[in-house]
Amino acid sequence: MQSVSSYVLSATGIDKIFPGARALNGVDFSLARGEVHALLGENGAGKSTLIKCLTGAYRRDGGRILLDGTEVDPHNTLEAQKLGIGTVYQEVNLLANLTVAENLFLGRQPRRFGLVDARAMNKQARALLSQYDLDIDVTAELSSFSVAVQQVIAIARAVDLSGKVLILDEPTASLDTHEVAMLFRIVRRLKDRGLGIIFITHFLEQVYDISDRITVLRNGQLVGTRDTAALPRRELIAMMLGRELVHEVSEAKQSEAKAPGAARFRFRGFGRKGHIQPFDLDVASGEVVGIAGLLGSGRTETAEILFGAERADSGTAEVDGRPLDLSSPRAAIREKFGFCPEDRKVDGIVGDLSVRENIVLALQARRGWARPISRSEQDRLADHYIKALDIRTSDREKPIRLLSGGNQQKAILARWLATNPEFLILDEPTRGIDVGAHAEIIRLIETLCEKGMSLIVISSELEELVAYSSRVLVLRDRAHVAELTGEEVTTNAIVEAIASAHEGRPS
Amino acid sequence: MTGTLKAYAVRLFPQVAALAIILFMVSLAFPGFFKLSFQNDRLYGSLIDILNRGAPVALLAIGMTVVIATKGIDLSVGAVMAICGAVAAASITAGHSLAFTLLVTISTGILCGLWNGVLVAVLDIQPIIATLVLMVAGRGIAQLITEGAILTFNHPGLIFIGSGSLFGLPMPVIIWLGFGLIVALLVRRTALGMLIEAVGVNRRASRLSGVSTGVLLIAAYILSGLCAALAGIIAAADIRGADANNAGLWLELDAILAVVVGGTSLLGGRFSIAASLLGAMIIQSINTGILLSGFPPEFNLIIKAAIIVLILVIQSPRAQSAFIWMSRVRAAEPKKEQEAK
Repeated sequence: MQSVSSYVLSATGIDKIFPGARALNGVDFSLARGEVHALLGENGAGKSTLIKCLTGAYRRDGGRILLDGTEVDPHNTLEAQKLGIGTVYQEVNLLANLTVAENLFLGRQPRRFGLVDARAMNKQARALLSQYDLDIDVTAELSSFSVAVQQVIAIARAVDLSGKVLILDEPTASLDTHEVAMLFRIVRRLKDRGLGIIFITHFLEQVYDISDRITVLRNGQLVGTRDTAALPRRELIAMMLGRELVHEVSEAKQSEAKAPGAARFRFRGFGRKGHIQPFDLDVASGEVVGIAGLLGSGRTETAEILFGAERADSGTAEVDGRPLDLSSPRAAIREKFGFCPEDRKVDGIVGDLSVRENIVLALQARRGWARPISRSEQDRLADHYIKALDIRTSDREKPIRLLSGGNQQKAILARWLATNPEFLILDEPTRGIDVGAHAEIIRLIETLCEKGMSLIVISSELEELVAYSSRVLVLRDRAHVAELTGEEVTTNAIVEAIASAHEGRPS
Repeated sequence: MTGTLKAYAVRLFPQVAALAIILFMVSLAFPGFFKLSFQNDRLYGSLIDILNRGAPVALLAIGMTVVIATKGIDLSVGAVMAICGAVAAASITAGHSLAFTLLVTISTGILCGLWNGVLVAVLDIQPIIATLVLMVAGRGIAQLITEGAILTFNHPGLIFIGSGSLFGLPMPVIIWLGFGLIVALLVRRTALGMLIEAVGVNRRASRLSGVSTGVLLIAAYILSGLCAALAGIIAAADIRGADANNAGLWLELDAILAVVVGGTSLLGGRFSIAASLLGAMIIQSINTGILLSGFPPEFNLIIKAAIIVLILVIQSPRAQSAFIWMSRVRAAEPKKEQEAK
């Protein structure tokens, strides 16, 4: 479709091997001039590894990189920058306590008599930013501006420094719709100037909005590169998640006929100042209630106060009409609650302990230290769950930190299942795990629900939520803004609810 | 069961080997080193002397191991020894019974541990700072109790704890062996050991799994205070007096060293009390060995420092990945040859 010479960047057969894992396996990637190329894949698919290989942050173990037709081999990001590859990360990698101008010209300040010429620098900074329709006080500290503006400043610096390839690594994750629109205007302008832009995001809407081509990675392998216009959304999801899951999802949807019974767990005016505004929530046994919302909308905060990780300062919680004590995780566990946190590494796994110890931890903690679970019982529990959840580990005594993300997640799930919970909160249970484990965890959620457990599932994978939830709560700005039930639970409806909350926001 | 025994053997091998090498080297310099004799119902000899002299550090190492397993550190143990020695001497010279004296002294140690534990667990102060408070203030408190003088006593019962013997072994040896065994059984026969390790590796994840992290942290520092009280009693009974300035001076560092030599990481998590006790004996063997070999005692400190460096190098992640890399290269070489064919 495009002649080879029109590619500004072309990488072939990129390999990257980490101890014990092949992060990239012969991945090809090409970027044309004046193109926005979306790089997609689940967490752990290899997107950031590929980017790091392109920018020299990692040394690749195989493959060639051509920039403007000549082979390059950047040893670090600075070298890549000089060659023409600039990167802007989700967390703005600028210095918050310097001025905008200083940030733009850091390391290359205009000088006069050996001193920094602040006046010239500020003038150049204003000129540079005017190309981006940004009329701001360049002598103000960077931190005094919104993340979106900082993002644009980071882009301006990267483009000014590099000028051939711009990599945007999840730039929109913490922006609202207006800010995203502003950012996209800038991206389009840069594209018209002939820059090649690599765009990484989790938001599929944005991919269709801005990108020309899409490359999908899965488990370190290239799934394919396609023209955005010729790739239906459903097919894209299939590429990202694997056909198995999509099939699963559609199947599950049809069996979603059974009506949940009466509410068993009842929360009224439950909330905590500064964390999540008071909300009402009813969950029946055998029901999955989904929670949707953008990052930072209060999803995790909701989970934390339901589990007592943060103490609620208003409202009541009841089970079967009896008040619940949710003052601490320990109290919540006594009430047969369980919680699989979003950040597995920080909040979930106890890395140096074995898979066995990680599985029995919550049960042992509930029994108290004086009533140890016998070693043979621990072995039995561990073996049972390793088999039942198909946790792939060479043996149960392996430190859990050596397992892959999906298997760690399953072990944490096993930790809770071992306590026989009645109310289980799963925060992003499928994040950062491979496709196979992904489908298994979804299957598991459905099985648990059939067994009469009450589940709260938080996920940014809307298709997933739609598949297993009988109700979906939509969050925005740390408040519950909508509740969708039964027939209303569709991806579009959720997106709509999030979007309308956006528009309804006084600004 | 044989599996667990094998695991213990693997775990303790480096410490046992290090101790054996050091003892062997000392015996080269001092031929009569391994000789034991039995007089007045008790064993005598250099080995018994090492066990006896090493008692305070061994006791401190027991508590320190558990504290370090929780990712903490207790710098106050030396000062708590001084406080407890002073309390014991003051109580016995005031005419209280031995039982009362021991009770008050041990309670004092527990109280010191509780103070540290509350600072760390409730107020969330970094352990090194939290215990530094008592490390600095402790000697002052001890001096207040002894009123600045060395408080001597002559109570035969209290002196017996420092220099008496039971079953042919000096009392301090009986105490640290017995107490070490009790604590080791307590943590391994109950779930305490695993829960302490969980807190040390990831306090937040442990709390979210329902582990009472606060209670466990406080308990660890209380145990450390209790160990310091026992060590303080032995040290005071040994010299028949409480020396607020010198009792337990710098012993917190020896205790930390014993734990590190024992292979428990200062980053918390996996711990072994037996290995720490071996570590304490390694340190005491170096001390005694240098004295016996006729080197000037200044060498003691330098050799100790050299051993710390050696052990830290071996334990460092860089060195470990280098070992792994080397062994992998060695393992990969034959494969390459096969591929070449």
